Amino acid sequence: MSEIVIKAEGLGKKYIIGHKATRGYKTFREQVLQHVSNFYSRTKKLVSGQEVLEGDQLEEFWALKDLNFEIERGDRVGIIGKNGAGKSTLLKVLSRITEPTTGKVFVKGRVASLLEVGTGFHHELTGRENIFLNGAIMGMSRAEIKRKFDEIVDFSGVEKFLDTPVKRYSSGMYVRLAFSVAAYLEPEILVIDEVLAVGDAEFQKKCLGKMQDVSSIEGRTVLFVSHNLMALSSLCNKGIYLKNGQVRSQGGIEETLSQYTREGMESLTTEWIGNTGDEYVKIYRTKVFCAESPHGFFTHKDIIIEIEGEILKPVYGLIIGFWLFSQFDYQLAYSLFDDTDPSMEIKMHETGKFLKRFIIPANTLAQGSYRIQFDFGIHNLKLIVQNKECDLEFSVENIAGLGRKYLVDHKGFRSLFRTSWSQEKF
Amino acid sequence: MSVEIFIEPGRAERNYWKDLWRYRELFYILSWRDVKVRYKQTIIGVVWSVLRPLLTMMIFTFIFGQVAKFDSPPGISYGLLVFAGLLPWQFFATGLSEASNSLVGNERLISKVYFPRMIIPASSVITSLVDFLISLALMFGLLIWYQTVPSIYLVFLPLFIIMAFLASFGVGLWLTSLNVKFRDFKHVVPFIVQIGLYISPVAFTSDKAASIIPAKLHLLYYVNPMAGVIDGFRWCFFGDKTPIYWNGMFLSLAVIIIFLFIGIRTFRKMEKSFADLI
Repeated sequence: MSEIVIKAEGLGKKYIIGHKATRGYKTFREQVLQHVSNFYSRTKKLVSGQEVLEGDQLEEFWALKDLNFEIERGDRVGIIGKNGAGKSTLLKVLSRITEPTTGKVFVKGRVASLLEVGTGFHHELTGRENIFLNGAIMGMSRAEIKRKFDEIVDFSGVEKFLDTPVKRYSSGMYVRLAFSVAAYLEPEILVIDEVLAVGDAEFQKKCLGKMQDVSSIEGRTVLFVSHNLMALSSLCNKGIYLKNGQVRSQGGIEETLSQYTREGMESLTTEWIGNTGDEYVKIYRTKVFCAESPHGFFTHKDIIIEIEGEILKPVYGLIIGFWLFSQFDYQLAYSLFDDTDPSMEIKMHETGKFLKRFIIPANTLAQGSYRIQFDFGIHNLKLIVQNKECDLEFSVENIAGLGRKYLVDHKGFRSLFRTSWSQEKF
Repeated sequence: MSVEIFIEPGRAERNYWKDLWRYRELFYILSWRDVKVRYKQTIIGVVWSVLRPLLTMMIFTFIFGQVAKFDSPPGISYGLLVFAGLLPWQFFATGLSEASNSLVGNERLISKVYFPRMIIPASSVITSLVDFLISLALMFGLLIWYQTVPSIYLVFLPLFIIMAFLASFGVGLWLTSLNVKFRDFKHVVPFIVQIGLYISPVAFTSDKAASIIPAKLHLLYYVNPMAGVIDGFRWCFFGDKTPIYWNGMFLSLAVIIIFLFIGIRTFRKMEKSFADLI
């Protein structure tokens, strides 16, 4: 099983980008002179066969730098990284679309790359014709396409429109047809770039199921770029994390994903330390963290919110709590520290330091990003902290939690709501 | 059986031509696509490929034959003479324009999938071959119409068709790879095609051209490779009534081979950076 099918050594890809020297104001004479000199230098480049770039200052940009990795037969490798980390460039190099600047890659086996759905689809051609065209572009032989034709059509669900030019298709139909062709590719190595974000939820499910078959049942090597960490965690067994064109870490998918989310978290405020409040109450620290994992937040673990402060004067009706907002500022929940007290009586709070802790149980929040806005005040009297200075943000990933099987979590629900299923046998 | 490849900068692929052969199905299907798409959403469809050369011939016959009073060698009607010249010229001209725009026109393919890039310009020249074959059939119709018996040299016609093909493929390869980097060539091609129609012996025989230009420069006329090809075509149809000037023919052939060589070399050299530049 441990046969190496892809091996990269010192792989690098350099681009040269141009910058314009910006000077606000130019006289007409300067402009004319510049055009003349541009013309001259471009002609020189044309004759000597160099590249022509817009701009006066050139800068080298390494999209990939000194990459080393090995991929074994049957591995399903998830490639993660922020935008511009070099993921797509890597796929392009591996599928021989562009040539590396340094280093080398050894590839064993037929590679099919799916960097875009429907590559080479021609708008004027009918669905039927496009299946053959696209199949051939992806490297299938005519006989192969003929053999799988019915399955492809069946999978896509557009049989009614097979003889309609694809320009008349809805965008969903178009993408479904395109993906269906790709789904029936049978290369030894399949390279896929973020293509699952297509079609409606039902079709996405179908695609992921198909992908799972391709990798786990048919035992093919798959390289898969995606920002959908959940899809990665359920499809892949290994991960490569790229950062600024370099391999940041590689190994098992879970470790790689958690390192990635951990680093992604660094830009979010998960802890605030300071001093805010009034003569009654002071707040010194707010913090949100995930139990047992010091950096990332995961749906399958408890998430803990802590508030540290001090009561300076005895006070009635103290309010300490928070709002939980999900993405797009949707108000998800509101909670006060004495919510769990069953009595209706408004109590007196004595002076002294406090540490209040709220626990969001594991498998409560769905994956996504959240914001905590704190509420400090005295009931019916005043707000103590009005600004949002001690607000916190965090972002939860589902890499081992519930609800991953059919990627329900992916559909935009903010809560997992997975606590109370039971069954009886009849 | 699985293939093993090394991806390395500047690595000359030893099996480039073998690879090209392996991808032949893609070549067929791309040619088929271009043919198929050509007349989609038209009413008269493929009739256009008959109409275009026919109308050009009629206009030429009227302007050059009637107004300018160009004459044709005895025994050949002027219309037929023009059509025999238009035939290879239009093949060359459409082949060249399609080929030189082919890479830029297939940008999405190039930046998303790997295959030997030479397939693209090759398939676009093949597409114009289809038009050519239709026009060729029309030529035979005209021969019957004018009650002219083609000469026995007609058996050599395939050679000249290959020559025309190579001429447009070679120049096309060269221009299309340059066009990826410098879009200036997009504007150059229509100009070449327009001028070429008038300086090539389409509306007149090359004998006529020879009688105007100084004898010393006669050979130089065949630096235009299509001069040789058109002469060849006429020779095949009309035999010794339109003789071949062999020195010129060989010069044209040499020019075609040189262009083919330059075209392939430039293309191969630039091929690997197409995806980055396009």
